[in-house]
Amino acid sequence: MPRGDRQLVMGNMACMRGAIYAGMRFYAGYPITPSTEIAEGCARELPKLGGHFIQMEDEIGSIGAVIGAAVAGSKAMTATSGPGYSLMQENIGYAYMIEAPCVIVNVQRGGPSTGLPTKVSQSDTMQARWGTHGDYTAITVAPSTVTDTFTETVRAFNLAERFRTPVTILMDEVVGHMQEMVSFPEPGECEVFNRTKPTCVPSSYMAYGPSKTCVNPMPSYGEGYRWFATGLTHDAHGFSTDKPEEVVVELDKLRNKITNYEDEICKVRAEYMDDAEIAIVSYGSVSRTALQVVKLAREAGVKVGFVQLQTVWPFPLKQLRELLAKTAHVIVAELNMGQIVGEVERVALGDTKVHSLLRYDGDIFTPMQFLEKIEEVRS
Amino acid sequence: MTTNIIDLPAVEYLLPGNRTCAGCGLAVAYRFILKALDGKAVMTIPASCLTVLGGMYPVSSVHVPWVNCTFPSTAATATGIAAGLRALGREELRVIAMAGDGGTLDIGIQALSGAAERNEDVLFICYDNEAYMNTGTQRSSATPKGVRTATTPVHGKQENKKDIIQIMEAHGVGYIATASPSYPGDLYDKVLKARDLKGMRYIHIHVPCPPGWAFPTRDTISLGRLAVETGVLALYEIVDGALSFTAKTKTIAKGGGKLRPLEDYLSAQGRFKGMGEEIVAEFQDGVRERWERFAARDRQSAGA
Repeated sequence: MPRGDRQLVMGNMACMRGAIYAGMRFYAGYPITPSTEIAEGCARELPKLGGHFIQMEDEIGSIGAVIGAAVAGSKAMTATSGPGYSLMQENIGYAYMIEAPCVIVNVQRGGPSTGLPTKVSQSDTMQARWGTHGDYTAITVAPSTVTDTFTETVRAFNLAERFRTPVTILMDEVVGHMQEMVSFPEPGECEVFNRTKPTCVPSSYMAYGPSKTCVNPMPSYGEGYRWFATGLTHDAHGFSTDKPEEVVVELDKLRNKITNYEDEICKVRAEYMDDAEIAIVSYGSVSRTALQVVKLAREAGVKVGFVQLQTVWPFPLKQLRELLAKTAHVIVAELNMGQIVGEVERVALGDTKVHSLLRYDGDIFTPMQFLEKIEEVRS
Repeated sequence: MTTNIIDLPAVEYLLPGNRTCAGCGLAVAYRFILKALDGKAVMTIPASCLTVLGGMYPVSSVHVPWVNCTFPSTAATATGIAAGLRALGREELRVIAMAGDGGTLDIGIQALSGAAERNEDVLFICYDNEAYMNTGTQRSSATPKGVRTATTPVHGKQENKKDIIQIMEAHGVGYIATASPSYPGDLYDKVLKARDLKGMRYIHIHVPCPPGWAFPTRDTISLGRLAVETGVLALYEIVDGALSFTAKTKTIAKGGGKLRPLEDYLSAQGRFKGMGEEIVAEFQDGVRERWERFAARDRQSAGA
């Protein structure tokens, strides 16, 4: 890449740029630290592209408008942090239920409640999976660098459009606010997926119901197709039902459209894993420290490997099982009280021992903390 | 008669050492509010600049109990505090809900409307600095039309300021007032009066914000005065539907209603820079229209 194309960019701005690259033309949001720069960036850039930015009256309004824009046919996004993400949860469940493709960014800060508005955290990992009530399957991606934030945002939109579902981008304060030299791809360089539109005659269109891929085509409003969107459990036409056999079909479909495609959705980055005796599993900004530590340990002759979950949900069970099969020890590092470690424990079969490295005081890990943990594990 | 500033109680409930910005109009207003409450109050406050003010200095810079509630819940939390105190027979304590313009007019309006409709025994104070200042100046529904903020950077805000006073009047709130930190005696009198009334009371304080409005920190008080002298803010109270001018606004009305040109107020602040002539004219018309409407009601109240 020629040097001239490189620019110093903040993570939150890379998220905004990635969304625009992916075709997002509608943003609704509400100010909240540490995500506000995404809204401010959209307020500046979207009008230039004929897009729309709306500052809503709160986060319930923000996600409501995003879902409305999504079913109208737009690619839509909102960004927030802990308290706002909590407020959005009812509507996020609604989006799962009506299968509205949209993207929700959570730039995590310390919690619970108001918590640490300006400090880093990964304590919403489980909320991204189980935040709204009911049974459903969620897709969540977690970038670790500014470049990553751009590409993962594009990927989040592609997954939302491909699987007709809300997708959460779990950023954190460090990824959101750090500035790095990046070069953005030209249009056409990265894949951009647009939702499948129906081609059948309007009278035979069904928004839900039987489909080989479990994902039904989705028209924009005004294209001649009619469908009914409701948060009530619905049948193939979208009308509410409480017939047990129809309820099960609908709920299975919501799950299967994601679990049947985990190979396509789950993205894991592995380095130095071929001969690793100890693997460090991490995601988000922690992966930066982790990779640095792996390199330091290798220099000292300790065989440590690096595994980064770029997809957090659905949990990359299969990939991790393969990667960790021959590893004696796994250290799971997170900026919370231990959330993803439980998932890794479910993966680790046989003799693999799972260790937890946690920090939840609002600061990032130091390499020394990792090295001490590695020493502890080895002894 | 408005209380003279030298006659205000010497006791301080707001301690020095808080973390507001230099020249913060809210800190000035808050000091006089607490004097009027005489320490017999429980405050509930959502996310806002006020949390920055209250939650520092070894433990807290404020000498009254605080409940720092969630952003949408101020009036609901206040409802609960009032009911809880009533259940315990602690009715000498006043419950004060205090939120910014975002916490009142945007995210907080559902809870506020509910509390007003139920006529809860709560004094709700909105301090209006006309944008989300704590997160770096994003527009709110209280931001005047034409103002450039971080989320209205291209053309400035396109919508008019939401008229919260009319909304509160529509709820039948018994005591409604406007105030300014630049008129501390008037502010003090209104809080004192509202303090001793029952049911829902609403006070709206127009609070100059140096970083958000872009003016020198030394000009906070003079800018608050300019708002009143130009008629952008009219000082009044509405008691059971009867509106009466107070303080400087009353003096202006007595003198024939001669307001200073709006330009004096606009040109003193960076946030209005680049505002189109049409919007300025519309702003001026709005000021004049509101003034005449209020003045008619003021005369009607005086005659009644």
